Amino acid sequence: MAATGQEKTVSDYIVHHLTNLTYGKLPEGFDRYDGHTVGTGGEWAFAHGADEIAAMGFNAVHVDSLAWSIGLGVIFCALFRWVAVRASAGTPSGLVNFIEMVVEFIDNQVKDTFHGQNKLVAPLALTIFVWVFLMNLMDLIPVDVVPELMVLAGVEYQKIVPSTDPNITMGMAVGVFILMLYYSIKVKGFGFAKELALNPFNHWVFIPVNLFMEIVGLLAKPFSLGLRLFGNMYAGEMIFILIAALFGAGIFWVLPASLLQIGWAIFHILVITLQAFIFMVLTIVYLSMAHEDH
Amino acid sequence: MEMIYIAAAIMMGLGGMGAAIGVGILGGKLIEGSARQPELASRLQGTFFLGAGLVDAIPIIGVGISMYLIFVVAG
Repeated sequence: MAATGQEKTVSDYIVHHLTNLTYGKLPEGFDRYDGHTVGTGGEWAFAHGADEIAAMGFNAVHVDSLAWSIGLGVIFCALFRWVAVRASAGTPSGLVNFIEMVVEFIDNQVKDTFHGQNKLVAPLALTIFVWVFLMNLMDLIPVDVVPELMVLAGVEYQKIVPSTDPNITMGMAVGVFILMLYYSIKVKGFGFAKELALNPFNHWVFIPVNLFMEIVGLLAKPFSLGLRLFGNMYAGEMIFILIAALFGAGIFWVLPASLLQIGWAIFHILVITLQAFIFMVLTIVYLSMAHEDH
Repeated sequence: MEMIYIAAAIMMGLGGMGAAIGVGILGGKLIEGSARQPELASRLQGTFFLGAGLVDAIPIIGVGISMYLIFVVAG
């Protein structure tokens, strides 16, 4: 738990674990936690507690989510490049073999699902799958390890699973959505507008109804894509934190809580892989739909 | 405040029930399909996991939200 020295309740513990390290601009005249008041022009600082995060409003970034997700992205690129440079026609070693397996798996998946002509989709699918998987994998690190070390290092909050931050998952979904729109317009041109206006009921009277239904359907895709990943990871993280909170309930609870933690972690290996896979497959399916010209 | 517990219970219970029925039907159809055409079994299994993952999301999200309600909002 946080090293503030005061008595902490279970909900304080959970809230502490679910708070992002936020850097943002505090408005003028805001009373900070240490008593001093923010001067004219506001003040850029790390937030301390929920009030300050709420006061920052739009002018805030989640430093931990950004750092962990970009860091994991760099690890992914570096690892795959390292392997790609070393790949040869001879017998591959363990790691090279594993990476080849992943690439082949994604390649087959794209071949099965995507029927258009596009060189971007397979690399995009590989990136999404491995990146989301790595971000989800952070969930399997015991919940207290990194935040506690960070508290010792003087950083108050730390949420190490980027995919439990809706900003990250919705950001990825919006990226996919922009690609969908771009390829729809590129491949179909005016046909895209016709598809939106004339799809379920092919008659000019129904154009407003069609437009409404199709646009809602279109917007629902990135929304559900981002929220599904976020919801799964958030719920998983929540359960990890709750089981970890059981350790505080007394010496009797140590063994059951350990067993629960291990059990949920084993189940969670399935969930994190499945969610990364689903995010990837849905991206391919959506882009494939954008390429289908009738 | 006590209503929050009822809300959380309904959220978990109904969400879990719907998903359980859905995954049950899905699994049954998978077995039927692979019994009829065993050569398609591996492809059907891939699609099954995709479908199961999509269905799974809703109760899991419900559990997460209800845990948040019970332990943070009410706690």
